Amino acid sequence: MMNGVTQVQDSPPRPAPLVETAPLLEMRGISQIFPGVKALDQVDIKLYPGQVTALIGENGAGKSTLVKILTGIYRPNEGEILVDGQPVVFSAAQAAIDAGVTAIHQETVLFDDLTVAENIFIGHAPRTRFGMIDWSAINKRSRDLLRALESDIDPTIRLRDLSIAQRHLVAIARALSVEARIVIMDEPTAALSRKEIDDLFRIIEGLKRQGKAILFISHKFDEVYEIAENFVVFRDGRAVGHGKLRDTSQHEIVRLMVGRDVKDVFPKTKVEIGAPVLQVQGFSHPTEFHNISFELRRGEILGIYGLIGAGRSELCQALFGVTRPSGGTLTLEGRPLQISSSGDAIRAGIVYVPEERGRHGLALPMPIFQNMSLPSLSRTSRGGFLKAANELALSRRYAERLDLRAAALSVPVGTLSGGNQQKVVIGKWLATQPKVIILDEPTKGIDIGSKAAVHGFISELASEGLSIIMVSSELPEILGMSDRVMVMREGLIAGMFGREQATAETLVRAATGNA
Amino acid sequence: MNEAVSTKRVIPDRLGNRTSRLLASWEVLLFGVAVLIFIFNALASPYFLNAWNLSDATFNFTEKAMIAFAMAMLVISGEIDLSVAAIIALASTAMGAAAQIGIGTPGLVAIGLGVGLGCGAVNGLLVSGLRLPSIVVTIGTMSLFRGISYIVLGDQAYGKYPESFAFFGQGYVAWVLSFEFVLFGVLAVLFAILLHATNFGRQVFVIGNNEFAARFSGIPVERVKFILFLLTGLMSGVAAVCLTSRLGSTRPSIAQGWELEVVTMVVLGGVSILGGAGTIGGVVIAAFVMGLVTFGLGLLNVPGIVMSIFVGLLLIITIAVPIIVRRIREMR
Repeated sequence: MMNGVTQVQDSPPRPAPLVETAPLLEMRGISQIFPGVKALDQVDIKLYPGQVTALIGENGAGKSTLVKILTGIYRPNEGEILVDGQPVVFSAAQAAIDAGVTAIHQETVLFDDLTVAENIFIGHAPRTRFGMIDWSAINKRSRDLLRALESDIDPTIRLRDLSIAQRHLVAIARALSVEARIVIMDEPTAALSRKEIDDLFRIIEGLKRQGKAILFISHKFDEVYEIAENFVVFRDGRAVGHGKLRDTSQHEIVRLMVGRDVKDVFPKTKVEIGAPVLQVQGFSHPTEFHNISFELRRGEILGIYGLIGAGRSELCQALFGVTRPSGGTLTLEGRPLQISSSGDAIRAGIVYVPEERGRHGLALPMPIFQNMSLPSLSRTSRGGFLKAANELALSRRYAERLDLRAAALSVPVGTLSGGNQQKVVIGKWLATQPKVIILDEPTKGIDIGSKAAVHGFISELASEGLSIIMVSSELPEILGMSDRVMVMREGLIAGMFGREQATAETLVRAATGNA
Repeated sequence: MNEAVSTKRVIPDRLGNRTSRLLASWEVLLFGVAVLIFIFNALASPYFLNAWNLSDATFNFTEKAMIAFAMAMLVISGEIDLSVAAIIALASTAMGAAAQIGIGTPGLVAIGLGVGLGCGAVNGLLVSGLRLPSIVVTIGTMSLFRGISYIVLGDQAYGKYPESFAFFGQGYVAWVLSFEFVLFGVLAVLFAILLHATNFGRQVFVIGNNEFAARFSGIPVERVKFILFLLTGLMSGVAAVCLTSRLGSTRPSIAQGWELEVVTMVVLGGVSILGGAGTIGGVVIAAFVMGLVTFGLGLLNVPGIVMSIFVGLLLIITIAVPIIVRRIREMR
């Protein structure tokens, strides 16, 4: 059972198991329940000394929850954790550190104005006899740790003066400064260049030789195959498969990740695709994206897929006039369009539902109806004076259309659930009667029920002739909703797929650069 | 979506009745405080309940309140202007200098308002043009504007104002109603309309609650802030005309420390120092409260330095109380 792919469905025959070392850390039947959501459901994981186990899954599959349990931030509702075969309880972050577990996060919190050594030993600095910080010990041990990582960074310089890759080394040194035997790496390559990734992998090889067990979280398949021996795939909070990577094809892993033939689950109705509405020609940005050209037709849903940092949100924000592109032209319904502010975009009929709705989409302490009417004030008011009755009528129309659940239209938006907040943002933009609506991760962080409602609604809008750009990191959503999918990688278009050509595999390949 | 059509839910416009919410508001609480102080003053001093004395008492707050209306909008948008008193000094100095060379009353008023607008434009450009933090910018311009005044005047004073100029600070429109008090009332109504009944006012609230969301909703954030600094400068110019006219002379120390009293008035009126919430009505009541207290303390012969201690305490308490109350609520 430990070897080869083990999955719920029919599993093909596998070669005989090899002799296995005992796992360093084992999780048995772990469940984590939040109000209304089962984030993890009876999960089993084993981590072996000297081996890398890759944890693979889509956003929301439960990866971060698992990391938080392993680092003592959450206490699971069910199940047990064993280290060296002995059951342990991680009652707090310190207990996890004491058990030898350490984590390197996507964005480790480091302090720019402290020295490298201070960053490494913050919180657990060795002390002298008088209770003062033992600076010489800190600097010496920092130098040793960094040297073990094949780096000669001076531990006494300030972090501010280091490159991103060097900071990453400091974060790793920090993780190793606590005598860790089990190292969790949560998307450690997200911000790194290929060369830096190679350096990181050399370090990981070194850690393997020291007998450390490593949990490596990533959704880049090439990296996973390069560095990891074992894998576990998570889907919807369950471990749906695990095994040895050398016995498993990428195709099988993608199938485990996505789980079902997604095109059937989504309420995408067949829509007559009309004339081109928006044409983007050679859109570029100094750092985020380059030479992006595409066209969007009436009634069409264009999905934009890509990894975090591929430049998708930045492209959308440039189309909406929030960030300024360095070059390129826009044509809306055959007429050239100049957009230098979001006001211009709104007037032209291009609107944007941001990914971070609390930060960019809503004034949370203000009433629902005032949020909804905000971009439409010029229509609801008369001569610059507010007309509350018109604002309420407009809000009511879209609240009812979106099936908003709220006690009253005058309650602060901040009191609503995530899904209902998203409905307010979408309603606010529909009220402007746009031609093009850009949705950035429209169902991120909202519950399953609201998700279905939002998907149904998007489909309905397309059938009414609205043109839609939908950015999403969720494959099922992209595959289920899009008429065409544009894949972005490192700021460039990596592929354009029609609904028939688009499969989980083709999209993931294009997004990760694996031909 | 589909089930929703059959069981269409009706969302009411507003929750509960408005009277009960109104009774729990800060403004009503403050009004109660004002009434209590009024009664206390009436009992403490036999000279208090006299129409002319009460009319005199309004001069304690009318000029500051004019600035406070504009300042309230600025604070609601998430900015602040600490240079308002220094703008009065500079505007008053400019008017004084103009009066010495024989410029008439209309010219003096134009100069006073113009200097106010100009100073507001400087603040506005630095804050919204260069995106600098307003608290630092206006501490800087506070020294700058008053510094110019000191260089021009030294320990001298301008005093030769035309007779007709005295009307703004000393004239009466009818019976005990002074020109300043009437102007205060008119401005209160205008600012209340601007903040609470126009699209511009709504944009001010949105910027104060979430500047990002405002930008993402097409609000010209920088332009709105620039206009607010212009307004605050203009109102400082109006206050400079009234105060100079009332005093009949200009020294560089004119209106020293007023920025603190104006901010206290704004915060006491229930405007959130963190931005995003507040009413002009609250500021009007706060103006009366501060005016009545200083007048009452004056009648009781309390020295000026004690009044300054009082203003400081009032500022701290009014900022602390709502925050502490919120924390207690959150703990439950």
